Amino acid sequence: MCSVNPGHCTLIKYIFLLLIIIHLGLNTAESVWPLPQIFIPSPERYQLKPQSFSFGYRRYLDTKHSCSVLDAAFKRYFSILFPGYSYANLITFSVATQLLFLNSYKLSVFAGQASLNAETVWGSLRGLETFSQLVYQDDLGSYYINKTEIEDYPQFNYRGILLDTSRHYLPVQAILKTLDAMAYSKFNVFHWHLVDDPSFPYQSHKFPDLSNKGAFHPVTHVYTQSDVRRVISYARMRGIRVLPEFDSPGHTKSWGKGQSELLTPCYRGATPSGTFGPVNPTLPSTYQFMLSLLKEVASVFPDPYIHLGGDEVDFSCWRSNPYIRAFMHKMGFGLDFSKLEAFYIEKIVNITSILRKTSIVWQDVFDYHERRKFLSVVEVWKQGCYLCEVRRVVKAGLRVILASPWYLDQPGPTHNWARYYNVWPLAFKGTEKQKSLVIGGEVCMWGEYVDATNLSPRLWPRASAAAERLWSNERQTSCVERAFPRLQEFRCKLLRRGIQAEPLYVGHCKHEYQSV
Amino acid sequence: MFSLLGFAFVLLALGSCRGLQDNDVDQEEPELVFQSSKYGSLWPLPQKVQISDVSLKLSSSSFSITDAKESGAGPSCGLLQLAYRRYYEYIFGGAKKQKVNRSARAGPTDLLELQVWITSPDSECDGYPSVSSDESYELTVDQPFAVLKAPKVWGALHGLETFSQLIVEDEYGTKTINSTVISDFPRFAHRGVLLDTSRHFLPIKVILTNLEIMAMNKFNVFHWHIVDDPSFPYLSRTFPNLSQKGAYHPYTHVYTPADVKMVIEFARLRGIRVVSEFDTPGHTQSWGKGQTDLLTPCYSGSKPSGTFGPVNPILNSTYDFMTQFFKEISEVFPDAYVHLGGDEVSFACWQSNPDIQKFMEQQGFGQDYRKLESFYIQKLLDIVAATNKGYIIWQEVFDNGVKLKPNTVVHVWIGSGTNSEMSKVTAAGYTTILSAPWYLDYISVGQDWLKYYNVEPLNFNGTEEQKKLVIGGEACLWGEYVDATNLTPRLWPRASAVAERLWSAKEVTDTGDAYSRLSLHRCRLVERGIPAEPLSPSFCLHEYKGV
Repeated sequence: MCSVNPGHCTLIKYIFLLLIIIHLGLNTAESVWPLPQIFIPSPERYQLKPQSFSFGYRRYLDTKHSCSVLDAAFKRYFSILFPGYSYANLITFSVATQLLFLNSYKLSVFAGQASLNAETVWGSLRGLETFSQLVYQDDLGSYYINKTEIEDYPQFNYRGILLDTSRHYLPVQAILKTLDAMAYSKFNVFHWHLVDDPSFPYQSHKFPDLSNKGAFHPVTHVYTQSDVRRVISYARMRGIRVLPEFDSPGHTKSWGKGQSELLTPCYRGATPSGTFGPVNPTLPSTYQFMLSLLKEVASVFPDPYIHLGGDEVDFSCWRSNPYIRAFMHKMGFGLDFSKLEAFYIEKIVNITSILRKTSIVWQDVFDYHERRKFLSVVEVWKQGCYLCEVRRVVKAGLRVILASPWYLDQPGPTHNWARYYNVWPLAFKGTEKQKSLVIGGEVCMWGEYVDATNLSPRLWPRASAAAERLWSNERQTSCVERAFPRLQEFRCKLLRRGIQAEPLYVGHCKHEYQSV
Repeated sequence: MFSLLGFAFVLLALGSCRGLQDNDVDQEEPELVFQSSKYGSLWPLPQKVQISDVSLKLSSSSFSITDAKESGAGPSCGLLQLAYRRYYEYIFGGAKKQKVNRSARAGPTDLLELQVWITSPDSECDGYPSVSSDESYELTVDQPFAVLKAPKVWGALHGLETFSQLIVEDEYGTKTINSTVISDFPRFAHRGVLLDTSRHFLPIKVILTNLEIMAMNKFNVFHWHIVDDPSFPYLSRTFPNLSQKGAYHPYTHVYTPADVKMVIEFARLRGIRVVSEFDTPGHTQSWGKGQTDLLTPCYSGSKPSGTFGPVNPILNSTYDFMTQFFKEISEVFPDAYVHLGGDEVSFACWQSNPDIQKFMEQQGFGQDYRKLESFYIQKLLDIVAATNKGYIIWQEVFDNGVKLKPNTVVHVWIGSGTNSEMSKVTAAGYTTILSAPWYLDYISVGQDWLKYYNVEPLNFNGTEEQKKLVIGGEACLWGEYVDATNLTPRLWPRASAVAERLWSAKEVTDTGDAYSRLSLHRCRLVERGIPAEPLSPSFCLHEYKGV
């Protein structure tokens, strides 16, 4: 996160929000989603006037520069607060610094002023989001905010959403819209499952044939370098990391179209059958190619992590191929193809660390491999007793991202958001140190049945249920019935902001979704 | 040949995918692989199709849709003129119509005109479609003119849709159509989609868009479940308090008379009937807010509990209200039928009320509350019959032994596709509509359109006479979890599966062929700006842009 943090932004310790009080009145406080750690609302309220409201910096060590991330955020949140008004003036102030945790913030609305303190720009983005959720309109259209004290920080540092752009191509616009909505729920990682069997939409400048031949369409269904840069910068402005996944050695059918000899030729009897299996782990050219590709990926994506996949490798093709079998024999792997897979993954992980990136892998890699020391972060995705798996991984001293309970591509007949809310990632036997290895969780939206036509309503607001689990204090958010009205209200806020979030149950929002 | 043309759609067989692992989903489901159908992207499949190899070119500058000289409907038929314009835009993607210039670059393989010929003297251009409307048409695409013949405008509308579906585009944007002969008519007369505007309010725009999509699927009935327990968005001129107090919001969440008119006319222009449903005596909580004494006060012991139950069937005022109300409805909605609901009546509140108990005693109903329900329904049916409307009721009314008039239409919704209910209702001689297998608000993982597609509506024990009583079916999208945000992708293309079942011949059951055509059909919907969700990992040449 910090690596994408431009120097001058880290200097900001204070943000100041200026409100003009018109009058005081009594009203119930509005709700915030996800629930802040410490939230002290009060019935005392202040009116906000769009004409005189503004955001400003309080302390600014180098006043000659402004922080572009926050300037943009001020603009964005101004129009979220007051739809239809434009943001013009910006007043700066200076005040002493205060140290807080990374990503944490303190928000105080009191006596007609609001102040937001944060150690980093990322913490202040979260605080701005919270602030925007505190403002409400009465029936006559006047804006209000209640006296409030908030101290907030996330329960988990990794709060991700996976989008799959291989099974269906998602236009860049759909990705950007998702990033907007992610920021509203305080998600901070966009796990971009860029490529897979069906298509290879990433346009590589070193290997243009990968998308020329492997994308659904070489021109209209690709992400160009500038598309990728746009996504990364859009995400950064919202405090979201972009974690690229280049899944191998399985899930690579589309790679083979543009890169000959990368995939293993499958055999029927003594002759090649014409079909291909996983990446061929026996050829030196494979590793040269992977080094070259990952080198490009490492420079295009600034995040210090790369997701290497490693899931669901089908051994039947490897088994059919006499060269692979000979290689197995030479290496002394016997008939244990998981050893061959381990051999491959270990090499790829090493390439990744040479590129100074930390690798993340799906749990399969952990499960099949005896030597686990070379791994760093394991993503647990399989159903069943997923906490058993989490426990095994942290016992091995590795970090965990939990995805199993949050497979949102499976709608299920019950439409039940509570299924994603009633998840307790730390409910396993383990030491504090082991539990601290669970760095967070991830909502997965696989693309078999999802594209731009239905992505948003399928994702929201169900993903928001997971967002609260990952951000808020478990003890304060253990009751579905109490969360429900707050989530309903949050869903209406999403609609108001143009996010196509589906309804939780019978009811209405003051401003319904107006498009189709 | 078709693989070279059109929508450049690629399908990748479903490999193993995380989404499906470790889940007890449709393991027995056959793997569907995209292989172009000899019927291209036609959906629903016409009754008789002959497509030749002769390919004709269409260009936006030279092609036009016109009235045939002999046609029974001329330029004065607004319905057709609007349809010509609509389909021209579908075909050429809203490209500006240039001046027709036939002599200039019209080659020998160009198709210049689609002539629409209404063959009967009364085109019904200014009328409303009905359950007995003639929807048949014949389409001949040949050099230099294509001719669409239909007895009535309703068939012509379907024929225009079919014509537009025959056109394919290559990667350079050139549009071609193969020389084709089609003769077509629907298998069932009642092909409906139910939308529920009470559990969630649906903005008018959403309703209109879905009428548009219905027409693209040859649906012809919009069953408007307009009010229910949660809200009463219908703005009644006679009883404005019903929506004033019963809607989610009295101004932003109501359908004004002008809105309703607009929906009805928009539907008519697409050959779609609007059948309104005013469900009583249950499902009426929202009615009570704006109409005092209409609902039964429930009792807790000897005192009213403050809650209300179904419509109060023992008061004369109830029937006075219903008389006035349904008089208005019969005037506002031109369709010959009104849906009167009658489902899921809970007897608990009636049982708790001492006045109701007394009435039961007086009438000699004993403890059989079904008799009370029957008493109410029969009075209601008389009221509605007096407005010269026919009526449709949900199956419980029949199940509960209410005496129905012989022309009543019974709507079957309980149970699965092949149920004995269909035998019972038809054996009793009632006209029947089937919805039981087509509750599209229930969702599951994977290709559930197959489930809807594989239904055979006449698959029940009964005589030929009985089967003739089944006039069609409806796909129901109840609104508990559906509003403007997710309605369209949830409904389409899943409802399209129902559309083909209700339109095409009984023998059209090849799921592989259907899969290929439906995949292309869904891409066509997407290209027309409709967020119809995908069937499987795949792509459309023109993806959905309306994010």
